[in-house]
Amino acid sequence: MTLIALMNLAVTAAEEAGGGEHEASGAFPPFDPTYFASQIFWLLITFAALYLLMSRWILPRIGGIIEERRDRIADDLDAAQQISAEADQTRSAYEQALADARARAHNLAAEAKAAMDREIADETAEVDAEIAAKSAEAEKTLADARAKALAEVRNIAAPTAAEAANRIGGLAVTEKDADQAIKALESR
Amino acid sequence: MADTNPIKQFEIHEVAPLEIAGLNLAFTNSAFFMLLATVSVTLLMALATNKRALVPGRGQSIAEILYGFVADMVRSSAGNEGLRFFPFVFTLFIFILAGNMFGMFPYLPLPIPGVDNHGFTITSHIIVTLTLSMMVMAIVVGFGVYKNGFKFLKLFVPAGVPPILYIIVTPIEVISFLSRPISLSVRLFANMLAGHILLKVFAGFIVMLGAAGAAWGIVGILPFAMVIGLTALEFLVAFLQAYVFAILTCIYLNDALHPAH
Repeated sequence: MTLIALMNLAVTAAEEAGGGEHEASGAFPPFDPTYFASQIFWLLITFAALYLLMSRWILPRIGGIIEERRDRIADDLDAAQQISAEADQTRSAYEQALADARARAHNLAAEAKAAMDREIADETAEVDAEIAAKSAEAEKTLADARAKALAEVRNIAAPTAAEAANRIGGLAVTEKDADQAIKALESR
Repeated sequence: MADTNPIKQFEIHEVAPLEIAGLNLAFTNSAFFMLLATVSVTLLMALATNKRALVPGRGQSIAEILYGFVADMVRSSAGNEGLRFFPFVFTLFIFILAGNMFGMFPYLPLPIPGVDNHGFTITSHIIVTLTLSMMVMAIVVGFGVYKNGFKFLKLFVPAGVPPILYIIVTPIEVISFLSRPISLSVRLFANMLAGHILLKVFAGFIVMLGAAGAAWGIVGILPFAMVIGLTALEFLVAFLQAYVFAILTCIYLNDALHPAH
């Protein structure tokens, strides 16, 4: 009511300033006070209606849409991050498994090689020992044979020498003499 | 001969008479265009956002851009606290924009009894822009005193000024504060008024030259080209003045929120 009273006051003041003219005749329309009250009245009504419609209905709706989209994007980003983290985890697990397997394979190879080396060494030693034994035996046999042969050479040396001296030199050398001579040679 | 009076477009006609407490509150063509702005803005915004699409279509994009545009405007000049006035600033902006844009129709045949065919620019009337700016000032002073109490007067005593200078600075601040509603309303009113007069004056030249007969009609191409250019310019002014009104409102609201500047 105060508002209407104020508007009334403004209109009467304006009308008085405008020479009390009541009809919109001749006055420049934007300054013609005839419809000032009407314009204020309808402006307040339409503006208030628009304000209520916007603030209660349209703006919360648009705000909601924008918020929803932002949430959705944030959610999607979160999910993507989670999946990426999972993928990283899987990859690191895979790499770990690969490294483990590689290490195990390496160990196995090393073990096998060591076992093989040991076996080769063992066998080599065995064979070496056998060869050494055989070689020693052979040497012994050879030494025996030589000793026997030498002994036989000694045995036939005196008669052969006596015979040679008798036949070639015409000397009467007995086997005993020859033997003695050989003994003398040997002892010298 | 055709009526080439460029002032005729501002005339107000009664559509339906209404009188309350001795006041003439008739529903006029001005009131009709205010109602048209409210109804069309509401319908367009409601229709555009009806689907609530996650990926917005053309209409929804425009609605969201308008929302973001005004929200950014409020946030950048009045801070996050200023967002409580966002619905008010948005309504002000969209209402003035719609009023200015509907004013761009030189001829608007509407099948409504009593409403004549020519366009009308609600913001070309000083009483409308003055009411809007007084609304802004009422909110600035009302909220400023409600929130800051006596400290709201710090607005007129800027910090960092030598005390002696307050003798000069404070009256200047008071005058600048009091002239705000006047400059705010006159800026919008004068822009719309002058632009529309200019448009109709040049459009009137075309009619006059056409009526002059002989080869004068061909010369009419010149004012016609001018009208085309001015129409483009007026569309820019229609948007720009709505924007200026809204951003100045934000700046004044910032004073109410933070009086010690």
